[in-house]
Amino acid sequence: MESILHKEYTVVQDDYVNAGKVSSDIKSTLAEIGISPKVIRKIAVASYESEINLIIHAWGGKVFMDVNDDGSVALVFKDPGPGIPDLEKALTPGWSTASEKARGMGFGAGMGLPNIQRVSDEFNIESSPAGTTLSLLFRSPV
Amino acid sequence: MLAKEIAEILHAVPLTKWDESVWEREYSHVFATDLMSDALALIQDNEESTVLLTGLCNTQTLRTAEMLDVRFIVFVRGKFLLDDAIEMAKNMGLVCLATDYTMYDACGRLYEKGLTGIYGKHSA
Ligand SMILES: Nc1ncnc2c1ncn2[C@@H]1O[C@H](COP(=O)(O)OP(=O)(O)OP(=O)(O)O)[C@@H](O)[C@H]1O
Ligand SMILES: [Mg+2]
Repeated sequence: MESILHKEYTVVQDDYVNAGKVSSDIKSTLAEIGISPKVIRKIAVASYESEINLIIHAWGGKVFMDVNDDGSVALVFKDPGPGIPDLEKALTPGWSTASEKARGMGFGAGMGLPNIQRVSDEFNIESSPAGTTLSLLFRSPV
Repeated sequence: MLAKEIAEILHAVPLTKWDESVWEREYSHVFATDLMSDALALIQDNEESTVLLTGLCNTQTLRTAEMLDVRFIVFVRGKFLLDDAIEMAKNMGLVCLATDYTMYDACGRLYEKGLTGIYGKHSA
């Protein structure tokens, strides 16, 4: 499996004005190269939830997208902290530490990570006080 | 149900001028929420025929619709979008209306006229 298209983005903490731009770009990029709409929709939803988490919970972060030669799409969301103390809780639907501000923007249902897990074909999350890395893979029929 | 009928039932006004053809589009499902993650988690099919009803009036509502391929949003409780957001909605090809009805009343009116929730016909 080799990457045939690589893109990188930076996401800034508390930047609600631009929230969603990265996912929007990922969505249109994948549409241009002909990934199926059903797969793109799953990727867009997971990407948007992950992007928002970088903005509202982490100190910003980086997003890496790779389209592989077998048609699969890999997304990595990497932030420098503060980390998730209890991953099991974080993955439980309804569990949230979102701030008032984030809630005011429509987030904080505690549904993001469970939903990302549901729509992705491979889901891996690692977290420590030095940061969180979320790696996702989406297979797509070529 | 046609978009124009939904607008009539809710006495809803368009937040900007849309191409006439959008009023002839068919919708059959409604999802009502102020929580965008609920919309992102639960609207899994029929996105093109689903209306998003919400009291959350900001660009995240538009982004959520964009990600889900939902094309039709009704803002309840007389809320309006700021000009920047209207511009963004236009660019995304989203149709946005505003109604003075509260969430409860807006839902009730549409339900009564036969629009169903995202899981289809209510059986009770
Ligand atoms: N990148 C991150 N850095 C630090 N904490 C995080 C990160 N992502 C998630 N969390 C923690 O995990 C919790 C659950 O995340 P999840 O995305 O499932 O829900 P939420 O963001 O709180 O609400 P929603 O996604 O429904 O809007 C968050 O409330 C937060 O405490
Ligand atoms: Mg989240």
